[in-house]
Amino acid sequence: MTRDEITSGLAEILEEVAGVNPDDVAEEKSFTDDLDVDSLSMVEVVVAAEEKFGVKIPDNEVQNLKTVGDAVTYIESNA
Amino acid sequence: MSRADVVVTGLGATTPLGGDVASTWDAMLAGRSGVGPLTQEWAGQLPVRIAAQLAVEPSERIDRVKLRRLDRSEAIALIAAGEAWADAGLADSGLDPERLAVSIGSGIGGATTLLAQDDILEASGPRRVSPHTVPMLMPNGPAAWVGLELQARAGVHSVASACATGAEAIALGLDMIRAGRADVVVAGGTEAVIHPLPIAGFASMRAMSTRNDDPERASRPWDKGRDGFVLGEGSGVIVLERADHAVARGARIYARLAGAGLTSDGYDIVQPHPEGLGAIRAIAKAIADAGVDKSDIVHVNAHATSTPVGDVAEIAALHAALGDHPVLSATKSMTGHLLGAAGALESIASILAIRDSVVPPTINLDDPDDKLDMDVAAHKARPMDVPAVINNSFGFGGHNVALVFTRG
Repeated sequence: MTRDEITSGLAEILEEVAGVNPDDVAEEKSFTDDLDVDSLSMVEVVVAAEEKFGVKIPDNEVQNLKTVGDAVTYIESNA
Repeated sequence: MSRADVVVTGLGATTPLGGDVASTWDAMLAGRSGVGPLTQEWAGQLPVRIAAQLAVEPSERIDRVKLRRLDRSEAIALIAAGEAWADAGLADSGLDPERLAVSIGSGIGGATTLLAQDDILEASGPRRVSPHTVPMLMPNGPAAWVGLELQARAGVHSVASACATGAEAIALGLDMIRAGRADVVVAGGTEAVIHPLPIAGFASMRAMSTRNDDPERASRPWDKGRDGFVLGEGSGVIVLERADHAVARGARIYARLAGAGLTSDGYDIVQPHPEGLGAIRAIAKAIADAGVDKSDIVHVNAHATSTPVGDVAEIAALHAALGDHPVLSATKSMTGHLLGAAGALESIASILAIRDSVVPPTINLDDPDDKLDMDVAAHKARPMDVPAVINNSFGFGGHNVALVFTRG
C-alpha cells in the first residue's frame, strides 16, 4: 500500500468520524490544529484505522501521531 | 417581598404528531393519532408491536457527524430547545449567560445508547466501544447539550421522576426564577426509548396496550376498552422568563406559569395511592401556589395514560381537588405516552389551549368508563375560553406534579 493510498484511507475515516473534508487531508496537516479532530474523535479514528489497515496502534503511540503523515508512516511500517 | 411572576415566552417540540409545535398542535386539534405499527425486525418477538414514533427524524435537522455523538433523546432535546429559543426571540437579546439556566429531564435517559454499545462490547470487545458512550447515555446529557448550545451559565439541571419528569423540570424552572437564580430557564423533557428492552419491561408489567392490529385506536384514555399505554417518543421544551424581564424586552407572552404543586405518595414503587391522595394534594398545592380558586380552573390536561386503574383514579382525584366543572382532555390519546417528555408536551398543549381558546380533543373515547363523571372534550376539539388550566403528571415512584398556567 502506497503512502497516498494510506492517506486517502485515513481521509475516508476522518470524513466518516469527524466530518473532515477529504480535500483538506494531506500529510503535513495536524489532526487537532488543522483538521479540528478532538480527543474523543481521535480515539474513533485510531480504532477505525486499526480495522482498516490491520495494524495495532497502542495508546502510548497515539500521542506521537500529530500529523496525518505521522500516522501514514506508522501504518506503513507496522501493517 | 413580592415573588417574581414567571411567564412562558417560547415553545418548542418534536413529537409523533409533527416536527415542531405548529404541526403538532394542528394535528392535535384535528384529532390525529401518532401511533403506528413497529415494523422493525426486532418487534416481531414482542407482545407489543405499536408505538408513537417521531414524525420527523432528527437526521433531517442535525448533521450526520454531530448526530453520531448524540443519543436520540439528546438530539431531539436540542431540536425542541432550538425551536423554543428562536421562538422566544432571545438569540440576539443580549441576555447575560449567567442569568440563563436549563432544566431538561428524561425519564429513562440514554438507554438505547447503552444497549447498542453493550451489543458492540459483546460482539467486538471493549476497544470497539464508542468513546462517546458515556456522554450519550448519562441522564443529564440532554440538559448539558442544550446548556452548551445556548451557553447557559446559571446552572444546568436534569430532574428524573419517571413520567412526571417534564412537568417537574418546568416546576424547577419556576422555583429558580422565583428564587432569583436565573431570569430565563429553558425547561422541559425528552424521551426516546423505542427499543425492545424498555418495551419488554413495560409489557412484562402489563402496563402497555397490546392492540397491535389497530394502532390508532390503542391509546384510549377513559374508554372501557382501554388496555394500557402506548409508548411514544419526543421532546417538549418551553422558555420560562421572569415577567418583568419579558415585558422589558417586549417579548410575546404566551401564558403565565402561575404555580406548581409537587408531592410524593410514599405508598408503592409503581402503584398510585388508591384514593389518589398524592395527586389530590399536588393539585391543591398548585392552586394555592398560583393564588387562584379551583373554580377558575376550567380545563385540565390530564395525565390519563390509558391504563385501566390510573385513568379512573385520576378522575377521583380531580373530583376531590377541583369539583366536577373542568373540561378534561387526554392528549396522550393522540401522542401516546412520551414518559419523561409527557409533562412538557402537555404543558405546551395547555398553554396553546389558553392562547387559542380551544381544548384539544380526546380521541377514541367511544364507550366512556362508568366512573368517568366529568366533562371530556371527546373526539373533537372544543372552542371555549381557557383563562386557567392545570396540567397533571404522575410518575412511577409516586411522583405527582400539577402545573397551573393562566392567561398572561
